[in-house]
Amino acid sequence: MADIESVLTIENLNISFSVFAGEVKAVRGVSFQLGKGETLAIVGESGSGKSVTARSIMGLLPNNAKITNGSILFKGEDLVQKSEKEMQKIRGEKISMIFQDPMTSLDPTMTIGNQVAESLRLHKKISRREALTKALELLELVGIPEAEKRMKYFPHQFSGGQRQRVVIAIALICSPEIVIADEPTTALDVTVQAQILELLKGIQNKLATSFLFITHNLGVVANIADRIAVIYAGRIVEIGTVEEVLFNPQHPYTWGLLSSMPIQNTNEKRIFAIPGTPPDTLSLPPGDAFYPRNKYAMKIDARQMPPLFRVSPTHMAATWLLAPGAPEVTPPAEVIRRRELFKERAAQAHASNTS
Amino acid sequence: MKNFSKYLLKKIGIMLLTLWLIVTCTFFLIHSLPGSPYVNQEKLTPAQLEILNRQAGLDRPITEQYFIYFKNLLHGDLGTSFQFKNQPVAKLLINRVGPSVQLGLQAIVVGTVLGVIFGIISAMKQNTWADSIVTIIAILGRSIPNFIFAVVLQYIFAVRLGLLPIALWNGFSYTILPTITLAMAPMANSARFIRTEMVEVLNSDYIELARSKGLNRWQTAFRHGLRNSLIPLITLLGPMAVSLMTGSLVVENIYAVPGIGEQFVKSIITNDYPTIMAITILYSVMLVLVIFVVDLLYGLVDPRIRVTGGA
Amino acid sequence: MLPNELENLNLPQDAFEPLESATAAAECESIHSISLNFFRDSWRRLKKNKSAVLSLAVLLLVALLAFGSIWVSPHNPNKQDLAHVNLPPRIPGVSVDGFNGTALVSGERVDKYAQLHIPADVNFYLGTDGLGRDALSRLLMGTRTSLIIAIIAALLDLSIGVAYGMFSAISGGRVDEILQRILEILSGIPTLVVMILMLTIFEPGMVSIILAMIITGWVNMARMVRAQTLKLQEQEFVLAAATLGVSKLKIALKHILPNISSIIVVQMMFSIPTAIFFEAFLSFIGLGLKVPMASLGTLLSDGYKTFRFLPHLMWPPAIVLSIIMICFNLLADGIRDAFDPKMKG
Repeated sequence: MADIESVLTIENLNISFSVFAGEVKAVRGVSFQLGKGETLAIVGESGSGKSVTARSIMGLLPNNAKITNGSILFKGEDLVQKSEKEMQKIRGEKISMIFQDPMTSLDPTMTIGNQVAESLRLHKKISRREALTKALELLELVGIPEAEKRMKYFPHQFSGGQRQRVVIAIALICSPEIVIADEPTTALDVTVQAQILELLKGIQNKLATSFLFITHNLGVVANIADRIAVIYAGRIVEIGTVEEVLFNPQHPYTWGLLSSMPIQNTNEKRIFAIPGTPPDTLSLPPGDAFYPRNKYAMKIDARQMPPLFRVSPTHMAATWLLAPGAPEVTPPAEVIRRRELFKERAAQAHASNTS
Repeated sequence: MKNFSKYLLKKIGIMLLTLWLIVTCTFFLIHSLPGSPYVNQEKLTPAQLEILNRQAGLDRPITEQYFIYFKNLLHGDLGTSFQFKNQPVAKLLINRVGPSVQLGLQAIVVGTVLGVIFGIISAMKQNTWADSIVTIIAILGRSIPNFIFAVVLQYIFAVRLGLLPIALWNGFSYTILPTITLAMAPMANSARFIRTEMVEVLNSDYIELARSKGLNRWQTAFRHGLRNSLIPLITLLGPMAVSLMTGSLVVENIYAVPGIGEQFVKSIITNDYPTIMAITILYSVMLVLVIFVVDLLYGLVDPRIRVTGGA
Repeated sequence: MLPNELENLNLPQDAFEPLESATAAAECESIHSISLNFFRDSWRRLKKNKSAVLSLAVLLLVALLAFGSIWVSPHNPNKQDLAHVNLPPRIPGVSVDGFNGTALVSGERVDKYAQLHIPADVNFYLGTDGLGRDALSRLLMGTRTSLIIAIIAALLDLSIGVAYGMFSAISGGRVDEILQRILEILSGIPTLVVMILMLTIFEPGMVSIILAMIITGWVNMARMVRAQTLKLQEQEFVLAAATLGVSKLKIALKHILPNISSIIVVQMMFSIPTAIFFEAFLSFIGLGLKVPMASLGTLLSDGYKTFRFLPHLMWPPAIVLSIIMICFNLLADGIRDAFDPKMKG
């Protein structure tokens, strides 16, 4: 992590919503870095604060939301302190976003070509013709068949998957340094999901863009991400490389997520589900927000928030189980299976290094 | 394309059926009226009455009168006015269409343009003083009957301030007060409509996407918000046309505008059946046509619901 | 987390003892908010809408005065007195021009009451009309008439519309098809034209005005009720009742009607001001009530004829009519928003 240049550094970010019933602390002290050309996946349930974090980077928080603390450093400049006008110059050109639902995120009354070319014309002083030529290039890149003809079509003449390709083209047209993908495949059919993921992977390889990939589905990120941050009730509970989080998980919530993934080639008949519901962020419990649903909860969990304990240089997790003196617990079977795989691979890597 | 012509044919069929029904009902209703069309009826001898009745065709059986009327109607002959002797109704009305249409168009243009501007301001400046003022204007325009507006405006601008003519029809300045009066309702309704539409559209995903491209709030509103809010405004044109027709009856009377509405009220008072019938049919045709055109327009303008073309 | 911070952690002795997570989970999942029934919840929302509450209060006051004047009226609204013709308003203790019994006669203020030798204890708060009738008493009577006409018309619209709409939706098939065509044709006829025709044929009066208004007035209600009923029929609780063998009529009355009641109420709230407007409008063009009846429309129409010389006869009915219209619209908006916060527009 230290060896790659960081384009985005989020430090102790706190975001609150003022709602009718009081103040909702949606994001509570989130910190992470995004390296150049890296893909970081933020994984969490709905309401965990992952989308709010993404919106705050874009400077597109709703009116009743406020960043109460922290900084968002984009190439050394704090985006939190930027004015709306300054943010407009960054949005679309330097940082862009892919939205969740392609059925509703395109303007139904504007042709596809114009929608793709719009942000290019806004940020770069080029003619309409040039912008449309570039838009055509992008549409071909994202795999729209007969792009030249279909540039003049309206969104309703495209299928959901194709629309998402268009949305991706819009995000990429200014060659931004960061692309935030907010659940880009959630609203799509499973087969189309795979195609879109394939497309995003291809783009990652072609361009040196950093991706912030937001999803609730751990399965989706395995192929596409370099690192994973698991977020629960507005806090990062575990962060590390894909290998570390998926195969050597430390936090009971991550255990739960992994155990609830349907896996091929197992004899298990039932899929595990994490008991209970996400906490009410209006009145959070004083300790670890996850403790009421945590089978492994200890008394300290109910009283004090666990800090992020370092597991390896790249791997951290916020659970008291990692505290010195904490008892050893037996994680779920699925996690044990994964840890064994992790050890095997590490041993293999070690062997190949020494030989 | 085949679907479209089928849809078109069905709409035209319903339209013609409606018109026929209106003509028929109007005819029989009017001919069952107890009153008599002649001024100074008491002074007429029975013989004179009979001659007049024969001239007007009133001595024939009612079904025959109906068929004659219908045949004439298809030829554009609307009968002869009772009030103005020997004046064909068509000729009487043709001179009166101009002022009414002019007022109606002026009012709808002024009303919707102002209404749209107010609506946009209101939606963009939600919950500010500007929004409150627009809301108040909209509720006043929607609630206060147009004849009260007419009287108040006449009193303030003509009687007290003497800035504009009180009534009559002698040039553009004479159209200002009636136009403003008639424009109140379309303005209020479109302001309210655009505000609600814009607020909804501005919360949609494609607006957020537009903002994520780096467009500012007003650019987003005009490039993406306004177009999507204006299209449904077309649906308001039908009700607007109806309210303009209603309004024109009193407004033309108060400002003594020589239009269709003023003639209608006069004809009602003088029991001028052929003219009443003609105006009833004229209004119905206009309304039915407006609704038909609005239907088609909506289908043509909005790419989402366009009947033809596309993939 | 930095290592030196870790050392500073002062963890209690029992920190790592297992927690009874079951109780904790149950505690966190209990529902704290109180559940409200639909109408009480709507009422709570309506109460927060200041303009709607104010409108309701004003309307209740207007109704109280208008209907109370059946028993307590400043003067007899129909009593003609040629000794008191065209008096300007006089309110004892008020010396503002226009309310002190003076009027402008060829540019000069003249005390009309003194001219006609009217004793100091006889006052007409809003003046008198050309037949010497008290304008305030007639205003109260006129307001009452207008309200009665509007409410009866709205109720009849509602009854016909709901019955027709539900019957059409529940019958379905051919019956529905035919009833829909009828509606489509009826809605193509301009309301105004129908009303004027009806009033030229029937003797103008309260009954014919109400009849004229409901001939096309119920169409909107019927359309909406039909659409809502069709939507509800698809829902599972109705399907469930149908599979259990509940009769169509009973399903309509017990399951569908209660669920569309809020929409019916909202629609009716909007049809009352419309009815008030049309009544005033018809009276204004001379198709309204006949003397000695009075409504806001006839008062306005009479007042307009003489308003250059006797402005006190036109402004009060104009103001009362406007206030009633504004309040009904605001209240209807408020009720709609209270029933369905999402249904704005």
